[in-house]
Amino acid sequence: MVIECKHVWNYLSDYLDNSLSPETKELVQRHLEHCEICSAILDSTRNIVVLTADDRVFELPIGYSERLHARLAQEMENPAAGHEKSPSD
Amino acid sequence: MELEHTDRDEARMIASILAGDTQQYHELIRPYERSVYKMALSLMKDESDAEDVAQEAFLKAFRKLADFRGDAKFSTWLISITLNEARGRLRRKSAVPMESLDQTNEEGGHISPALLRDWREVPSEALERKEIRAILVEAIGNLSPLYREVLLLRDVEELSIEETAAALTITAGTVKVRLHRARMMMQKELAPKLKNANPRKGWFQWL
Repeated sequence: MVIECKHVWNYLSDYLDNSLSPETKELVQRHLEHCEICSAILDSTRNIVVLTADDRVFELPIGYSERLHARLAQEMENPAAGHEKSPSD
Repeated sequence: MELEHTDRDEARMIASILAGDTQQYHELIRPYERSVYKMALSLMKDESDAEDVAQEAFLKAFRKLADFRGDAKFSTWLISITLNEARGRLRRKSAVPMESLDQTNEEGGHISPALLRDWREVPSEALERKEIRAILVEAIGNLSPLYREVLLLRDVEELSIEETAAALTITAGTVKVRLHRARMMMQKELAPKLKNANPRKGWFQWL
């Protein structure tokens, strides 16, 4: 059985997560072997997933950690403060 | 994050915090400061809101620590609290219910990826460049909330499909469908930009 590019695209995310059934995976793999365009789409998607997971993408603001721990310390010393103000509790 | 899990006994840390050694909470959360912030930033799209959300999430987790059940990972629990905190704030900020806007195109049309030949891998060193980071952050921020949340949990925070489903209280099947669409939207948006990123410092040798 041969599948078309459009169908292959539907499987790319599951293919990357290795969650396709063995039969579908085999079909996709066979298509990828001879289709430059689908291979490039798969490679670029995989590359983007890898870049997205990289810790350097999001920069922490300077002093973030210090401010966070100071606020926590305040809460621990004085647990009641701010409790009532919290709007979603 | 994996390494930290292996040599930390978080269950024991949580037990001693609950027993009164609250100082240990500072140590407990240290490995997660970054993931909570990036989650908050991607959802709020504003640094100062993101910091507020992150602080509030860590405070809530501290106050509710007794409710934490050991059957989930502490990190996953923390991420759910962050997500709820951010959602609450977005809801209060906007008069328009966001979910209903998105739901209309949830199962919508097919997303065609950007068609390319000869994709050359963008090395992770490219992230040293501010403009490359900005392009990625912007693309994540431009996804509608339904897709953004799934992509954040799965591809940014690297939760499993099951953990993502549990955090969002949706099925694993829905996670897969949304994740697929989110990744395709990212590819469509980013592949052409990353391919044509203008190499001033010679990282993109093939261009």
